[in-house]
Amino acid sequence: MTALRSRRRERRGSRPLPSFGLTVAAVLVAAAAALPLVYLFVRAASGGAAAWSVVLRPQTAEVLTRTVALVVVVTAAATVIGGALAWLTERTDLPLRRVWTVAAALPLAVPSYVAALALLATAGPGGALSSSLSLEVTGFTGAALALTLSTYPYVYLLTAAALRRADPALEEAARGLGRSPSAVLREVTLPLVRPAIGAGALLAALYSLSDFGVVSLMRLDVLTRVIFQQYRTLFDRTPAAVLGLLLVVLTVIVLIGEARARGRAAPRAAPTASRPVGPVALGRWRAAAVAFCALVVGLALVLPVGVLIYWIARAETGVGLDAGIVAPALGSLGVSLVAGFAAVLAALPVALLVVRSPRPWTRALERLSYGANALPGVVVALALVFFAARYLGAVYQTLALLLFAYVVRFLPQALSGARTALAGVNPRLEEAARALGRGPRSAFAAVTMPLAAPGLLAGATIVFLSTMKELPMTLLLRPIGFETLATEVWSATSVSAYSRAAPAALLLVAVSAPIVLRMVVRRDGARAEAEALGAG
Amino acid sequence: MSPRLAVLFLALVSVALAVGCGGGAGAGDDDPQRLTVYSGRAEELVGPLYERFERATGIQVDVRYGDSAELAATIAEEGPNSPAEVFFSQDAGALGAVASAGGLQPLPPDLLERVDPRFRDPEGRWVGVSGRARVVAYDTRKLKPAQLPDSIFAFTDRRWRERIGFAPTNASFQAFVSAMRITVGDARTLAWLKGIKANDPVLLDNNIQTLEAIARGEVEVGFVNHYYLYELRAERPDLPVENHYLRAKDPGSLVNVSGVGLLSDSPEAKRFAQFLLDVEGQRYFATDTEEYPLIRGVRSDEKLRPLDEVQGPELTLGELGAKLPSTVELIREAGLTP
Repeated sequence: MTALRSRRRERRGSRPLPSFGLTVAAVLVAAAAALPLVYLFVRAASGGAAAWSVVLRPQTAEVLTRTVALVVVVTAAATVIGGALAWLTERTDLPLRRVWTVAAALPLAVPSYVAALALLATAGPGGALSSSLSLEVTGFTGAALALTLSTYPYVYLLTAAALRRADPALEEAARGLGRSPSAVLREVTLPLVRPAIGAGALLAALYSLSDFGVVSLMRLDVLTRVIFQQYRTLFDRTPAAVLGLLLVVLTVIVLIGEARARGRAAPRAAPTASRPVGPVALGRWRAAAVAFCALVVGLALVLPVGVLIYWIARAETGVGLDAGIVAPALGSLGVSLVAGFAAVLAALPVALLVVRSPRPWTRALERLSYGANALPGVVVALALVFFAARYLGAVYQTLALLLFAYVVRFLPQALSGARTALAGVNPRLEEAARALGRGPRSAFAAVTMPLAAPGLLAGATIVFLSTMKELPMTLLLRPIGFETLATEVWSATSVSAYSRAAPAALLLVAVSAPIVLRMVVRRDGARAEAEALGAG
Repeated sequence: MSPRLAVLFLALVSVALAVGCGGGAGAGDDDPQRLTVYSGRAEELVGPLYERFERATGIQVDVRYGDSAELAATIAEEGPNSPAEVFFSQDAGALGAVASAGGLQPLPPDLLERVDPRFRDPEGRWVGVSGRARVVAYDTRKLKPAQLPDSIFAFTDRRWRERIGFAPTNASFQAFVSAMRITVGDARTLAWLKGIKANDPVLLDNNIQTLEAIARGEVEVGFVNHYYLYELRAERPDLPVENHYLRAKDPGSLVNVSGVGLLSDSPEAKRFAQFLLDVEGQRYFATDTEEYPLIRGVRSDEKLRPLDEVQGPELTLGELGAKLPSTVELIREAGLTP
């Protein structure tokens, strides 16, 4: 009877019940993803009134205001710069358009703390050019500048992709009807790409909210840095947990705000075929447009790479290339490879469940797994340090715990890749294999996996890249003696040993650059990948 | 699985294993030839000392570096799960805090007796291994010694506005504030902290950054320990920074120690404490880090003002530990830490 019913369901082909094993795996993954947040709540709740009084301090209000101001300024600046670059490269007769198309995205390969270091070295207090420029880039200005330079590529990539996909007929019709170029931009183009700009702005906001390296280097007391400082200096670490929750709340507010805004924007039908729109002539603005592109790319890409090369060249006795870099480089590569692979493995059951059996409870599991998007690295690290030091002595200060943290933190990136990949595979193909006598696992391995592999690999690549650059979790959770390129940069700069920091930083850029390049060149994938990347 | 994927997978796993074996060195608690040290002293200063210990004894040392106060809090958080066997602290206060939390084993009397009672725990749970004086480092391009006050209390004067730098989270700074509380009371200490805060100081992460801030002209004076200057000067002989000693008994001329406490009663841990107080360890502090050795027969470097002539406030270092948690709160209350 049961067999008959299930066969009938299968024949109908609608929403078969997911297998027991798959369900258990997906539930375990979602539970693991929720663990840091749950424990943070438990810890904060156990603190009592004394710990919670931290929320009511006037200093906390100052820190909150500063944090929000930074996020707003960075998001606005990144949106304007990224949007302008996208329009210039996609819709105008900008000279050297193809060069700018790639160059504008490449700063994604420069970790934000490296961008901050370069700014400090040239225009920071006592920097090489500070006195001649008579300015000091540090504190709020410095952090906002460094973060803008690191986050505008998200807006740029997403907006440029949307512009390429947009139906050119609309803009051409408006132009044909005698509208000026600026009117076309305002009334037609902007509304077309508004959802993409919004998605990019969200990434910029989340990034600046969770950033730790830049604000520490610029000595700006925003929430992430304050949490880290409290953790480092106070004997009672519960206030740090309470502030961590506050940071989570801010992140959730940003996420909800974006979801609301997106909900209001009317979805637009995708064009059947896209072709390039006739470019807008920049005319006398050409020189200004080129200067703008050069300034942005110069500050975000040329300056950091130039400063790093200068530091290496300046170091007297080949400090740059000694054996000291081998261990951190191997450490970085090793954990990043494993984290990328493990994150995709963890994402698979959840993605399969939600793609193959879309029901309310599977969607809830998926949403839970995306929850790490609301957890900045500092918060994940803090929760896991607390939890493991008290209850899991065996994994405390082991690579296993660090890898667990990476997987939890970057699961959303792997998940969005896995979801897209699996949704693109027609389940009928696997069913056909089953009908031809394959078992469920064999059919999945022989048919679905190979088809989904490129998408899964893309997800793993993004997690790899994020793990390479990750700083706060690595600092707090790494085992004794374990170094990555990021921690090497960090420890060297904390004692102002820039020539020691430079090779590690340059290596980070060198490993990331080809991945970013591939993303830009394979234009179609850019959107999903930039979106996933933003979660880091 | 296609052959290519299989190869990729195998490669991944082998890398993972290689990394895992290389990095999973932390759990050496029971291994007789390993020792886990939580080091509140920077790698630049004491890294070679651990190497000398390894060469001399064949015991391999796993070191977790961090700020002394941070490591003391970490030990408290970890409780019985702590992998630390030795706590090598930058100051006496952090050691005292761990001791009063009940984390430290008693030290053998013969070891304690090598050091003057001023520089060790009255209850014998930690012992100082090197001495250091609090000083005011200053920019020699902008200031002459005569322009510097002889008391730390003078720096709340408005003329020092935007000219001071220090690291409010640093354990040695915290110890100095504890010393001020012991000598002049909490009210006057808080007033001093607020006065400094009102002068818009540049707040840094550590002592080396403080000296760097002076060297690049961001600030003119910095509250630091005396020996960081020599560490930087070794690389840059023309560094435009000099140390200024404050008057005797001023809290700003506190003589503190770096010291060790044992969290484990393993012979390796005792061997390490002994090594630091043997002639070889003491000579390292005298010649390599420019600190004051604390056993008889080893002399400090000639360019340092002799330890007998540096007179700090009247207190015993053992008092600092109990004060540390409330000192950290006081510094926060003054608005110097968030």
